[in-house]
Amino acid sequence: MAKQGQEIKKESIFKKIRKNKIPYLFISPFFILFAIFLLYPTIYSFYLSFFEWNGTGPKLYVGLLNYINLFANRPFKQSLMNGVIIFLEYVPSMTLLALILASLLNSKYLKLQGVFRTFIFLPYVTATVAVAFSFQLLLDKKYGLANLFLGFFGTEPIGWLNTPNLARICLSSLVTWRWLGYNMVILLAGLQNIPLELYEAAKIDGATPTQSFFRITLPLMKPMLLFCILLSTVGTFSLFEEPYILFLLTRGAGPMDATLTPVVYLYQVGFRYLHFGSASSIAYALFIILFLASLFEIKILGEKK
Amino acid sequence: MHLKKTLVYFFLILISVAMVMPLVWMFSSAFKFRAEIFSYPPTLFTKNPTLSSFFSLFDQYPFDRNLFNSFFISTSYTALALFFCSLAAFGFAKYQFPGRDYLFLLLLGTLIIPFHVTMIPLYVFYRKIGWINKFWGLIFPGMANAFGIFFMRQYLIKIPDDFLDSARIDGCSEFKIFLCIILPIARPALTGLGIIFFMGSWNNFLWPLIILKSREMLTAVVAIRQLQGVLRVPYDLIMAASALTVIPLIILFLVLQKQFIAGITKGAIKG
Repeated sequence: MAKQGQEIKKESIFKKIRKNKIPYLFISPFFILFAIFLLYPTIYSFYLSFFEWNGTGPKLYVGLLNYINLFANRPFKQSLMNGVIIFLEYVPSMTLLALILASLLNSKYLKLQGVFRTFIFLPYVTATVAVAFSFQLLLDKKYGLANLFLGFFGTEPIGWLNTPNLARICLSSLVTWRWLGYNMVILLAGLQNIPLELYEAAKIDGATPTQSFFRITLPLMKPMLLFCILLSTVGTFSLFEEPYILFLLTRGAGPMDATLTPVVYLYQVGFRYLHFGSASSIAYALFIILFLASLFEIKILGEKK
Repeated sequence: MHLKKTLVYFFLILISVAMVMPLVWMFSSAFKFRAEIFSYPPTLFTKNPTLSSFFSLFDQYPFDRNLFNSFFISTSYTALALFFCSLAAFGFAKYQFPGRDYLFLLLLGTLIIPFHVTMIPLYVFYRKIGWINKFWGLIFPGMANAFGIFFMRQYLIKIPDDFLDSARIDGCSEFKIFLCIILPIARPALTGLGIIFFMGSWNNFLWPLIILKSREMLTAVVAIRQLQGVLRVPYDLIMAASALTVIPLIILFLVLQKQFIAGITKGAIKG
């Protein structure tokens, strides 16, 4: 009896699908592609993270050993630490600068806003690999422009890419250079959504521009700022091309592993040393850490209503 | 007030110069002889402009082929992804069917999966089906693009239903409605999304670096990384190749700037 009921239900599902076959047909390519290229790899990656496997031989089940090793050994912890340092080095200042620039370009008293916007946004469309090489040459100790410029002020040539702290600063400046315009454009769109009457009313009430900025702009821009910061967080821990090219000789690790980001480490372990199992555990650990970090940021910066 | 304005302009000009400088440096270095690149003091502007770097680049490396590869991959990816994204977006925006909202939620949920989680299994999978060193391997994964569907749905949902109904009365099939009515109306959104797709594909580095193996199959950005020098980094070749790689996108951006920026910001205002 129960079986029959199930069959009727099944039939009706098929009927439903047949009746609505057109929209299902339209959305099916996405779900087929999703199953093959995203869902299956995501699950398989999780499975692999419990094995030791070089990609060809037999897989050896090791339980949680990959994860334990990850947190017992230095490189992964170092890569997370680098992520935190790099994040602090550029995200707050870049986001603030982007907000200031967006406010300036949003003001109706300035001319040539379009031109400035074009220049500042331009880096975003350029291939990182190409630009990272240009930075490498710009920062070259002997043949670079940076040291020539500093030389005018009597500074001795600096080996920008050779010491850990400077290396991270160079990396941060490259990332800032490329993403400032993107953040600015997003924040600018947010600013354009704030009704002008609010500012006029505040002005009538005697508020200074600084006061309006902190009382009107900042609170209303919170969701957009949160979006930018979330994106920067994920972006920082996933940096690959920038360190990889800037520090090509060490394949992205930089001096004393100063620019070893989690994804650079993942690439090394997975595709240089072919430890597919432990590389999968890096990917998953990073996935979970970034997920938690995003939740944390949403909680701290999100709406408190 | 006047002084303040001058200071603001000065600040904006300073930032703009800082933004353009690395690109100027790239282009000026591309037209230098190798000896000028490795000379002290370095020159911001080229003293003796030459095309020699470009000639040696095309002599020693199949860089023309690499540029073509980039163009081929980015164009096919953009066309296919736009087609499938707008098709699914049309399904979600203009039809009622059981489970629609759950499926859409599932679709949005896929956005949190970072690409690097799928890298190793995909590589293993490609090895099995022979997609290593093949362009399909680059074109397919990004086609299941939740962002693109979300983006298009926002646009298509605003199209009035009467529009579609009158076409149905005229005897149009649903797929024909999509091709002949929806796609032309959605042109502005398709342009914006198309540029984002094209740029993402053209500049993509990590995945092509992993799956493309032979020199003739590399995309332009990966080919730049593979330019090897005997003693020093061959900056002359690298800068020439870099200039050629960034130029198409800079032109595309300058021509379609409005749609580009509209695409970027509309994609962001979702939360």
